[in-house]
Amino acid sequence: MNFDPANESPDERLEVLPSNLCCRRIQAGAVAWHEIARRLRAEQALLLALWGADDRDRDGRYRVYAAFLGRNEILVLAHAMDATAHPTYPSLAEFFPAAVRMERAVFDLVGLRSTHPDHRGWLRHSGWPEDWFPLRRDSDAAAQFPVAPEPYAFVQVEGDGVHEIPVGPVHAGIIEPGNFRFSIVGEKVLRLEERLGYKHKGIEKRFEALAVREGHRLAARLSGDSAVAFSWAWCAALEAATGAVIPPRAAHLRALALEHERIANHLGDLGALGNDAGFAFGLTHFSRCKEDLLRLNRSVFGARYLMDFVAPGGVARDLPPQALQQLFDFYATLEKNVAELRAIYENHAGVQDRFRTTGTLATATAQSLGAVGLAARASGIRQDLRVTHPWPPYSEIEIDAVVEDAGDVAARADLRFEEIFASLRFCRALLAQLAAGATQAEVPDAEPGLLALGVIEGWRGPVLIALETAPHGGIRRCHAHDPSWQNWPLLEHAILGNIVPDFPLINKSFNLSYSGQDG
Amino acid sequence: MSAMAIVWQFVEVALAIALAPLFTGWIAQCRAWMQNRSAPPLTQPYRMLRKLFHKEAVLAEDASLLFRAAPYVLFGAMALAAAIIPSIVTDLPFARAADAIALIGLFATARVCQSLAAMDLGTAFGTMGARREMMIGFLAEPAILMVFFNAFLLFGTTTLTGVVDGSAAHPSLIDPGAIFAAIGFVMVLLAENARIPIDNPATHLELTMIHEAMVLEYSARHLALIEWASSLKLFNYATIGIALFLPWGIATHGASVGAVFLALAALLVKLAACGAVLALIESLSAKLRLFRAPEFLAMAFLIAVLGLLVHLLMGANACA
Repeated sequence: MNFDPANESPDERLEVLPSNLCCRRIQAGAVAWHEIARRLRAEQALLLALWGADDRDRDGRYRVYAAFLGRNEILVLAHAMDATAHPTYPSLAEFFPAAVRMERAVFDLVGLRSTHPDHRGWLRHSGWPEDWFPLRRDSDAAAQFPVAPEPYAFVQVEGDGVHEIPVGPVHAGIIEPGNFRFSIVGEKVLRLEERLGYKHKGIEKRFEALAVREGHRLAARLSGDSAVAFSWAWCAALEAATGAVIPPRAAHLRALALEHERIANHLGDLGALGNDAGFAFGLTHFSRCKEDLLRLNRSVFGARYLMDFVAPGGVARDLPPQALQQLFDFYATLEKNVAELRAIYENHAGVQDRFRTTGTLATATAQSLGAVGLAARASGIRQDLRVTHPWPPYSEIEIDAVVEDAGDVAARADLRFEEIFASLRFCRALLAQLAAGATQAEVPDAEPGLLALGVIEGWRGPVLIALETAPHGGIRRCHAHDPSWQNWPLLEHAILGNIVPDFPLINKSFNLSYSGQDG
Repeated sequence: MSAMAIVWQFVEVALAIALAPLFTGWIAQCRAWMQNRSAPPLTQPYRMLRKLFHKEAVLAEDASLLFRAAPYVLFGAMALAAAIIPSIVTDLPFARAADAIALIGLFATARVCQSLAAMDLGTAFGTMGARREMMIGFLAEPAILMVFFNAFLLFGTTTLTGVVDGSAAHPSLIDPGAIFAAIGFVMVLLAENARIPIDNPATHLELTMIHEAMVLEYSARHLALIEWASSLKLFNYATIGIALFLPWGIATHGASVGAVFLALAALLVKLAACGAVLALIESLSAKLRLFRAPEFLAMAFLIAVLGLLVHLLMGANACA
């Protein structure tokens, strides 16, 4: 959106924020905070993240930030509150439904209450007292509290023949913990309510004890399947804050790793989708393809899941000498294998019967809920930062935009197939014009008190790191945001009207991160 | 009734109980090969049983006698069923007491008992599994009855031993209706034994389970008995299928010991082939949506009825 300073009220000040994308910050009072959010909604901006910070030591105030993805830029709204006993800010949930859980988390962590009536804890599961806030400056990270289980008020559905199935947080298989409360009639789902937060590890508090030069390692571990996306977002924020410019070859190698991460996850998901439809053949063969890719990653990038490959100033290591040929050979084999497996999936009546019309998320629903990333693209929304807001090297080498319209499990599976092919084409184009030269640049010391943003389109959607620097190379505050925050609520809508036994398949087709959203 | 017949009766039941896990292991091995995985050893089900029998049984506080008794009833019912089915000999004293319709009743008793036990604890999954199991059961029973009627009409008897004796007496009799009945039977077998495409015995997704959901709360020896009973049920279904459609080689009344050993060898070969075919069907198909299960079983019923019609029409022709 375009802000003309002459038309703004005095408390709206625009300033450029250091970031890998075009990014601006507006300091907004309570009224402007609400009003600008309304206008952003009208312009179909997306909510990227919402987080709180304790700045009492600096200016005696608390701050809440909201980052939006506009048509041309990222806009960060910052709203400061006086340090009263109960600091409150206007809720953005009426414009951006995904904000509800983020606002609940902001209260759990920083103690800033939004005006939304849902006051149930989100990340706080009776692990610490309700009046203690871990991300406040005076809260000791080492504090221990006795665990006193508290009840959680799920929304009750009443009516003739309605009953509840509580699923999780401990499941029959070895998967991450999440609590799903189904209200059903017979086998039909009337309502699904999620409760997450079981994997809250206190990563944002942990960041504050780290040096800014080693933060990328922790960021990579927030959600292990998005290691490249998170560590790149971290490094992008740090490099923007310090003004470091990475060499072109390093940018190329980062993009190569990001696409490898995308392909590996898509392969794993496609296999798991087959398995959840009872077609174990698919799992075996996609697992083999994925394993081959992971082994290639190990020999080319030095790590199977690409942990710590992206480092401040560039990448941790250059490609070994024979890597180019190895990569081209692998892409050719993989492309052939995936095309064959796709034909098997598409010609298998049983698999298609399970995939089609299952877990449909209509475009209008996805739009009003603020869907991002892969889930949005499968519902006909063209949201892909690599295409709409490209950063180097995506700004020089184009990647094909892939969008599916149906919004069902089949669309999310098809999208993954298409994205694998698009990523392979991109990787080939990138390798063909791979820049020569250094893979590491010097990163100067960061100026303290700067806020910088790193935003990268990971395989699930846009990953955001908001980094605030502290003196002596420290981290003052870091907010790491996984797109699963925005997309978990989609699942509650996609399941409606479906039958209970189709839930695992629908859930797998989104494959959202528990660890990433729980932090 | 000779003393020898009583000996064969016991040998047959013991053989069924001993071989059932092997048959399950064989299917698992074939499935693994067909999906290009390295296969678990044939003895894997036995190792599982041994492990479970060595564990300490944990029961829910609210578990009633029904919950604890169900595994024994289940196992007993399946062992009893094995006594009625002529897998190697037809001279079974026990088979005279109960015909194939009683056999279906025996399976139904086991089903009801297991479903009640699953609901006993009041957990959401147990109830869900029991509900689904009853839905599958009441659709599968008419279909299997229709399959039996095909054979009954052909040989004028309602005992399986009678059917096998009858087909041994007329080895050249090939009834086209039997092909329909066999297809219907395989479909019922898949549904009744929690196999793909109706249920997935390997799944860990609790919301999709049917049979597994009912046994989630069992542990140790109780679980071992239930697993063993499930293997035995599958074995029984396979031997029923063999008795109905591939009876060649089964030792009839007054057969010598050598003929019985020959029958055993024939049984093993036939079981190996059946297991491979089952694994092939399971590897080629995906699991059906739960609400397609009624269509699947209605189809099984219809195919069995078609077999009956073919038989009656052919019979009418023969008379005319």
